Formats: sequence, structure tokens, C-alpha cells
Amino acid sequence: MKTIRIADLARIIRSKNAGPYELTLDVFFKDEETYRKVRERRLIDRALIRRLYRVDDDQISEIVYYDPARAVKVTLARPVPSGSVNDTDVYGAQQHMPLVDAEVPWEKI
Amino acid sequence: MNGMRILSPTAILGYGFPRDSFDRGMAAGPDAIAVDAGSTDPGPAYLGSGTCFVARAAVRRDLEILISSSLEAGIPLLIGTAGGSGAKPHVDWCVSLIDEVLKANGRRARVARIYSDVPKETVRRALRDDRIRPLPFGPPLTDESLGRTSSIVAQIGVDPILQALEEPVDIVVAGRAYDPTIFAALPIRSGFGPGLATHMGKVLECAAIAATPGSGRDCVIGTIGREGFVLDTLSPLRNFTEESVAAHTLYEKAHPFRLPGPGGCLDVSGCRFRQVSDTAVEVTGSRFETSAPYTLKLEGAALVGHRTIAVAGVRDRIMIESLDEVFDGVRHSVQDSFGSQGYQLNFRTYGKDGVMGPLEPEGTICGHEVGIIFDVVAPTQDEADTICGLARSTALHYGYSGRIATAGNLAFPFSPSDISAGPVYEFSVYHLMEVDKPESMFPVERLTMGEDGT
Repeated sequence: MKTIRIADLARIIRSKNAGPYELTLDVFFKDEETYRKVRERRLIDRALIRRLYRVDDDQISEIVYYDPARAVKVTLARPVPSGSVNDTDVYGAQQHMPLVDAEVPWEKI
Repeated sequence: MNGMRILSPTAILGYGFPRDSFDRGMAAGPDAIAVDAGSTDPGPAYLGSGTCFVARAAVRRDLEILISSSLEAGIPLLIGTAGGSGAKPHVDWCVSLIDEVLKANGRRARVARIYSDVPKETVRRALRDDRIRPLPFGPPLTDESLGRTSSIVAQIGVDPILQALEEPVDIVVAGRAYDPTIFAALPIRSGFGPGLATHMGKVLECAAIAATPGSGRDCVIGTIGREGFVLDTLSPLRNFTEESVAAHTLYEKAHPFRLPGPGGCLDVSGCRFRQVSDTAVEVTGSRFETSAPYTLKLEGAALVGHRTIAVAGVRDRIMIESLDEVFDGVRHSVQDSFGSQGYQLNFRTYGKDGVMGPLEPEGTICGHEVGIIFDVVAPTQDEADTICGLARSTALHYGYSGRIATAGNLAFPFSPSDISAGPVYEFSVYHLMEVDKPESMFPVERLTMGEDGT
């Protein structure tokens, strides 16, 4: 099956804290057609996030598609709370690369 | 668009802004200047220690311009989450700077001050009454964590700010405030929809971060009407676009279209974002749903110890391949001298998993060098210094298997190599508290400040 990097489908891919206990990942797709195709096929889903971030399903809060922004939001538990002794990224702003590099199924239109 | 205009000069008070942008903003005739002065993004240390993450001189520079411009224009200046974290020491720090600026310029001003601290006893009672709830993935609150918390603030809603605006006021200084609040208060008071006002505040509180290209130190302006609001930039360098505004609506929130805050939830599921000029975007359809009981988000921090770090680089490939062996050996040596309890020793390896830790999917090191931070947190600074020093010196001369460079394993960029980083805090309270009378919890105090003031 042909695949494509998520980076080639999106204009913005980012991560950030949503409070000290959650990390939120946003993907904004490059156009309406791409967004609809990703949403209809649920190409970004819990199984993908479990694999990319090596987390159990109960560590993933929600995956929500948001039409007005042509975006999908993935929220998961932080490994440790923001700013606690073992934290590695207090703002949570550098946790997006696994999603950027991920390959998803994509045949030619 | 006719309506009410709110000028947002910068993302955080003290981050600065170009004077040209600000002057264009003032020329547009704003009804108020509002500026967010804080965030929990920089972590628990600032709330715990009562210090600000922005330098005093930088905050003073911004205040000089904002205070003189707002007084001359006769419009209120609203400051939220004063001093960075919004607890009493932070608010007092900000208010003393305001007084200093007023006196230096021979001006006086009517100031409304709102503390947002919540007494520990109030929280303890709420805990006993089962009115405290954890946030997703957060721990439940316990008497133990409450006991060691140094100070607790609540993210206040719009009510105390509305009270501050009931009488003539030049400057409103609020402690910890839900970020959109200080932008939304004046529009809500004038009868504009709380959904639109809160959504506009959610974007304005970050100023030009929501524009493209983004910036944390540039001004933007919002104009609210009955049906929607329009966001516009004030610098020729950047524009709002449908995408940039929509993207910012989702920024640092757990859910894309349900954004809970004090007393209710902003629902942006029915929003439309429409480009109305090269630089401006109109937003319609934002709704606010009140919730019962009223909940406030509490934030508190507790001291967990003192930190010492040492920074070093490794270029030797054999050493890089042996890092696990070296770190194990160093840990055992430290335990020989100081036992294994009462301190935390962390080897942070940049080039391996220094950024993502357990979430890092790359299993191997593929770079030609790595950076290491020896990170020790112990009860006292002296203990942290001692353990970090021992870990660093042991690693420097550790004889790992296959070693060919026997003169030293680490490249230190600095002398001294070890840095005493001071007290370390954690969020010990970050919970929702149900309250019955939110409007009476955070009274407004009125002061006259500056020249001839009291």
C-alpha cells in the first residue's frame, strides 16, 4: 500500500502543554480535501498515537477532528507533570516529531 | 466594524512591543488596553518562589508606555496574572512597579487591586466537603500535598474585573486570572456576548502569537460587535489569517471546541473564521455556556528540594556507546558514598532522549556527539552540590570497557563546571474547586497611587 508522511499533508504540526498534566498535539491540514480524506478514514487514530508515542490507550485522552480549523487534536497524558523533577520539556513544545515523520496509508487521487 | 476595541500590546507584560505598532493601535481609538502578565507555562518555580519570570526592567519599560498612553487617552489599562504567577507577592511586585512609574512621571492614577489567593483553610474545607476535583491525568488532592504547598491562587473569572470597572478606574491589576478575562470584561460589561468576548480574549491574550508570522512581542487589536469580532494586526510585518486564528483557538487546550474556564465553558464548535481584509479575520458563532456549580481552577506549588547541575559534552564514540555502563557505574559510586535515598540523580543525554524522555521513539544515538546534564535534586543546596560534584568527577575519569582515551571522558564548556540552580518546586495543587459565591471571594481594593497618592 502506498503511504505518505503526515508532514506532506499538513501545514502546521505542533505540541504544547494543556495544563501541567496533559500534552496536546495539533495537526492543521493543508486543504479541505486532504482534511476530509484524513477525517473520513480516521488516518490519525488512537492506534497510530499508541504506536508513535509508545503509550497505553488509557494515556490518550481524546482525538477530536475540528472542521472549522481543518484540524485534528490529540491529547495525551504527560509522562510526568510539567516542571517536576524528571520533566524534559516544561512547555511541552518539542514533542511533535513522531507525528511529523509518521507514514499513513495514501493512494493516488 | 463598529463596536468596542481592545488593544493587546504584547503576549506577556515585559516581553516588549514595537513602538510603531503600539502607536497605530492607539490611533485606532481603543476602549481599553489589556495585557496578560503571566502564565503557568514556565512551570511551578515562579509561583512557589514568589518571583517573576520576566525581568523587572523589562516589565517597567512596558509599563512606562502603557500607563502614560492609557492615562492620556483616558481609557483603562487592565493587567491580568500580575507578576507572572498572580499570587500576592507577584501582585505586590507589579503594583510597586506601577507606583514607581507613576511617581517617576509625576502622575497619579486610580488603581483597582484584586488578589486571587485562596486561603489554605478554604481549600481544606472544600476537600473535606468533597468539592475538589482532579484534572484529567492529575492526582487527587490530599491533605499531605496541601500541607506542603506554599501558596494557592485561583484563576479568577470575569466577576471581580466587572466589579473593578463599576467605578472610575485607570489601572486594574488582577492576580491569577483566566487569561481571556481581562480582555472580555469591558465588552461583557457593555453588553456584548460573553462567548464572543471570551473567544476574542483567548486570542488577544497572546497578542501577535496568533498572527502569521507569529511574534510574542507585537501588538494586535480586537473589535467586538453584536454578531462577531474582528482581529487585526498593527504591524506591516504580519497578518491574521483564517488559519492562524482558527489554529490559535485550539492552542494549548485539551479539546478543540470545548474550552472550560471559571463558571462555564466556551464552545467554538459553531465558529466561522472569515478573512475580511489582507490583515484581519472575523470570527462568529462563539458561545458561552454557564455551568453549575461554579468551579474555579486552583494552582499551588510546593518546594521539593534544591538542584545542582553540571553540563558536559562527549565526542568520543566509544564513550558514547558505553554511556549506560558509565552512568550505572557512577550511580553505584554515588550510592557507596551517600546511599540511594533522599536525593534524585538524573543523567540527561541530549542526542539520545534528552527532549522526549520516555516518549522518544528513536532507540539509538546517531549523532557524532552528545550533551549530558548531570542533574541532582536533594533536600539542601549543599547536599545537591556535593552529590553533583561526585557524579561529575566520577564520570570524568570512569574506566569503561574498551576505553582508549584515558585522560578524561567529558568536555566541560564552563569553569566552574557545576551550577547551583537553587530551589525546585512542583505543582502540588492543580485542581478544580466548586464554590457557591465566586463574586465575593476576590474583593476589589481601590488605591490612589503615584504623585500625591497614598
